[in-house]
Amino acid sequence: MFSDSLCIVWVYPDLLSTYGDRGNALILASRAQRRGYPVEVLEVRSDQPLPATADIYLVGGGEDGPQALGAQRLIADGGLHRAVAQGSVVFGVCAGYQILGSSFFAKGTRYAGLELLDLSSDRGPSRAIGELAGNIDPRLGLPPLSGFENHGGRTHLGPEVSPLAQVTAGIGNDTRTEGAWRGKLLGTYSHGPALARNPALADLLLRWAVGVNQLPPLDDTWSDRLRAERHAAVAAAARP
Amino acid sequence: MPLRAKVASSVSRTAAALSRAAGRGDGSVIGGWIGLKIDPELLAHLAAGRAIALVSGTNGKTTTTRLATAAVGVLGKVATNSFGANMPTGHTSALAKAGSTPYAVLEVDEHYLAQVLDATDAHVVALLNLSRDQLDRAREVAMMAQLWRAALIRHPELRVIANADDPMVVWAASPPANHDQRISPPQVVWFSAGQRWHDDSWVCPECGSTIARQDNQWWCTGCPLRRPQPQWSVEDDGVIDPTGAWHKVQLQLPGTVNLGNAATALAVAAEFGVRPVDAVLQLGSVTSIAGRYAQVERAGRLIRLLLAKNPASWLEAFDMADEAPTLLSINARDPDGLDTSWLFDVDFSPLRGRQVLITGDRAFDLAVRLDVNNVPFQHVRTFTEAIQSVPPGRLEVIANYTAFQDIRAELDRVL
Repeated sequence: MFSDSLCIVWVYPDLLSTYGDRGNALILASRAQRRGYPVEVLEVRSDQPLPATADIYLVGGGEDGPQALGAQRLIADGGLHRAVAQGSVVFGVCAGYQILGSSFFAKGTRYAGLELLDLSSDRGPSRAIGELAGNIDPRLGLPPLSGFENHGGRTHLGPEVSPLAQVTAGIGNDTRTEGAWRGKLLGTYSHGPALARNPALADLLLRWAVGVNQLPPLDDTWSDRLRAERHAAVAAAARP
Repeated sequence: MPLRAKVASSVSRTAAALSRAAGRGDGSVIGGWIGLKIDPELLAHLAAGRAIALVSGTNGKTTTTRLATAAVGVLGKVATNSFGANMPTGHTSALAKAGSTPYAVLEVDEHYLAQVLDATDAHVVALLNLSRDQLDRAREVAMMAQLWRAALIRHPELRVIANADDPMVVWAASPPANHDQRISPPQVVWFSAGQRWHDDSWVCPECGSTIARQDNQWWCTGCPLRRPQPQWSVEDDGVIDPTGAWHKVQLQLPGTVNLGNAATALAVAAEFGVRPVDAVLQLGSVTSIAGRYAQVERAGRLIRLLLAKNPASWLEAFDMADEAPTLLSINARDPDGLDTSWLFDVDFSPLRGRQVLITGDRAFDLAVRLDVNNVPFQHVRTFTEAIQSVPPGRLEVIANYTAFQDIRAELDRVL
C-alpha cells in the first residue's frame, strides 16, 4: 500500500498532540526527504481506522482525558498491534510512551495500555518539569539524550525492555533511567518535538524503518548548537 | 463607599503614585495590591454604580480593551487598566485612579474572569478566544472554557459578546443543558473575528465528537453545537453591525486580526448605547499599546514591534506583518514558559521569501524549527546587529514576552 514511499503515521493528533508533537513527524519527513526518500505523512484522527502497514508510527503526548481515550481507541482499533507484528517502528512520547506499556494512571484511575512494551506507569510524588538529559544505551550508538520533560508519571520497566538512557539530569522514568526500547519500539519522556534536539535518534528510527545501518550525513549545525547550548544550561543549573 | 474602602482607595492611589515617582514601575499593580490588603472588598466597592465591560480571552485582550475604551469614550471618561495589569490588583488600581467616571472597560486575565465578574458585577463581558498558552503551567483549554461557563450562568443580567468562530468560546457562552430553567441565562451577542488557530478545538467540549469545518462554518458531528450566526462581522476593511450597516474602520493597527478586535470593540460600545457610526471614528486614535505595534525609526530603519506569546498569536503576527525583513526573537524565561516545544505548533512558512533574522535566548530552538520549515534565516547576537543586517526601510520585529521587553528596553522603552 505504501511501498513507494516511507509512510509516517501521526497517531490521533486530535487527542495526542499537546506540546508541538507535530515536530517529530516534520523532522522525520524532512530528514528522510533530504536523503532522497519520498515520504508520506498521514494524520490519523481518533475517529478513523489506523492503517496497519505504515513504516513509522508516532504516538504523542496528551492530557489525562485524551490519553485514556486514545489508549481505549487504539486497543479497540488493533491497527498498531498489527503494525508492530509486521515490524513497523513505533515512537512514543510522554503520554504516548505510557500508552505503549501495560497500564498507566490518568485522572486517578488505572487504565490498560497496549502491552507493546514491558513497562507500567503510575503517579510520582511530584510533577517532573524541566530539562531532561541522559546517556543512551550504548548498543544504540547514539550521543546523549537532550530534552524537556513535563509529566506526573513514574515508569517501571520489566525485564523485556531496556532503558533508553541513564539519567544525568531530570527525572525520566524514576530519576535513574529514562525511556525504554525493545526491537523497533522506543519511548521517551522527552516530550513534544523530542527529535528536534536528538537528530541522531530521528535517524535511528529512519534506519530501522528503511532497514539500513547508515544514512548519508546531513548538515546538523543548528541542532548541534542547540544541543551544546542546552548541555551547557543543564551543567550550569547543576553547579552549586 | 464605606470608610474602609475610601481609605483603601486613597492609599492605593498614593502607593501607585509613589511607585511611579520612584521609577519602580507604572504603579498599576502595587497600588491595587495595597488597597486590597486594607479592604478585600475594595474592588466591589469601587465597581459599585459603574457600567463595566470586561474583555477576556487568550489573545487580543489588551488591544481590544484599548479599542473598546476609545469607542466607549464617546460618552466621556472611561476607566481602564491600560497597562495590561489584568488581574484584580490591576482592576482595583484602575478604578481607584479613575475617580467618579461611570464607565469602565477592563482587560481580565482569563483565569480571573469568574472572580472579577463576581466582584464587579459587570454589565458586559467580551469573550475573544481560547487557545493553548504557556502549557507548562496553564490550565488546559477545555477546563478554562468550563470555568467561564460556570461563571457566566451565575450572572443572568450579564450581556455576553462572544466570538462565534471559536467553538470553545461558543460552548462557554452557551448555557449548559442541565441549567436551572427558572433562571434565564445571559444574553449573547455573537461576533465573527475569525479563528486562525484550530488545533485546540477539534474535539467538541460538549460531547467529545469531532468538530468539522468548511469555509467559515464549523459544527459538531455528534451534537447540536455549531457556529451561531454572528450579529457583528468583518467585511473588507470595515465592520457590519447587527442592522446590516457597514462601517469603514480606519485603524492605526495592522492586520485583519485587529479589524476583528475593532468589531468586538464596537459591539461592546453598542452595549453602552454608543452608535457604531460614532464609535468607529474613535478607533483610529489607538496607536501603540504598551509598546506593541509601536514604530520607531533608527538608522533609517522603520522598526515595528509585534508581540507573539503563543501559537495562535504567532499566526496573527504573520498576518499583521508587512512583507519586509523580519526579526524573530525567542526567550524561555519564567514569564514565557520554560518550554519551547510550541515552536513546532507554529507554521512559519508565511515568512518564506522575506529576509528572516533570529535572536534571543532560545534562537537555536527557533533555528532548528525554521530549518525543518524550509525558511532561510540568519542568526544575530544583538538587536543592533539585526538593524545593521537589513536595508533601510521597514523592519518587522516579532518576539515573545520577555524577548519583546528586552527589545523595548534596547529601544529606550518606546511607547
